[in-house]
Amino acid sequence: MNNRAQLVVPVGPDDHVEGSDDAAITLVEYGDYQCPYCGQAYVIVKQLQRDFGASLRLVFRNMPLTNVHPQAELAAETAEAVALQGKFWPMHDVLFENQRDLSGPALLRYVEDVGADLSEVANSLNEGAVQMRVKDDVESGIRSGVNGTPTFFVNGERYDASWEYDAFHDYLQEVLDQP
Amino acid sequence: MTTNTPDTLVSNALQPGVQAPDFSLLAAPGQKVRLSELEGPVVLIFYPADWSPVCGDELSMFESANNLFSDRGAQLVGIAVDGVWSHVAFKADRRLNFPLLADFHPKGEVARAYGVYRDQDGVTERALFVLNAEHDVAWSYVSPIGISPGVDGALRAVEALS
Repeated sequence: MNNRAQLVVPVGPDDHVEGSDDAAITLVEYGDYQCPYCGQAYVIVKQLQRDFGASLRLVFRNMPLTNVHPQAELAAETAEAVALQGKFWPMHDVLFENQRDLSGPALLRYVEDVGADLSEVANSLNEGAVQMRVKDDVESGIRSGVNGTPTFFVNGERYDASWEYDAFHDYLQEVLDQP
Repeated sequence: MTTNTPDTLVSNALQPGVQAPDFSLLAAPGQKVRLSELEGPVVLIFYPADWSPVCGDELSMFESANNLFSDRGAQLVGIAVDGVWSHVAFKADRRLNFPLLADFHPKGEVARAYGVYRDQDGVTERALFVLNAEHDVAWSYVSPIGISPGVDGALRAVEALS
């Protein structure tokens, strides 16, 4: 048997991070804003963040599966454009809370809802850097063994068991309790 | 008879160094794909069934990585025991740009030749084979049937060819 897949691009300064660098657990999610499973996982991860507090650091990277989710890529690029204005996490949350409507006009509304500057977002989307950012995330995910959405890595190792709340919580608690 | 479960995987899959058995299977009604007519490296993706969630994820990941494989001249080929009409509908629904071949009649014959047919439930293993340009097996991997293997292993194996 192969060992479990490992995160090949370590968490770094360019990542979207919620939580402290010295947290005992780093949870990296590769996600797709249009993926209903990611929408379910969003709620669970929020609860895990409340449960584990300062012990948990969350990182989000993009894995839009564009063949099945045609609106996911533009949603990801828009979130990256909003991130350039320091508002990634509010946008990430709004997108997952409204994933049933990720049409172009809806994305513009969400940009305004989180207080980002719409014309700057439009400029960023036109420049191409945010597209590269999403593409780089996808490639790092592919090379790390992302095998669907969402895929989670716990302290750099792919988590293959259930991400339903009870199972995921118990696993993270075990990781935390390790000497 | 071995029983494969996610925890104890016993694999008879063809191992590196072996010449890959040739085959000719339908990709669409009236359209056969013959392995020996494909040029360059080939990635064979055996998957248990069209329409299952895990298989959908697995093939979507390969679709996302398709350009990384084609950059190396490698072609992706999916194989499952479903019939060609199921493949056609599944491929269109998931917007996959690589062929899905029907190992339908005699059922699982190609999977057997590669050592990845599951007699106990009549589907193929979730197995990957990377063939070099001469169509020798360069790398193979059988995943627990409920776990999508991801693309990283096959991609590394293709990149190691050149």
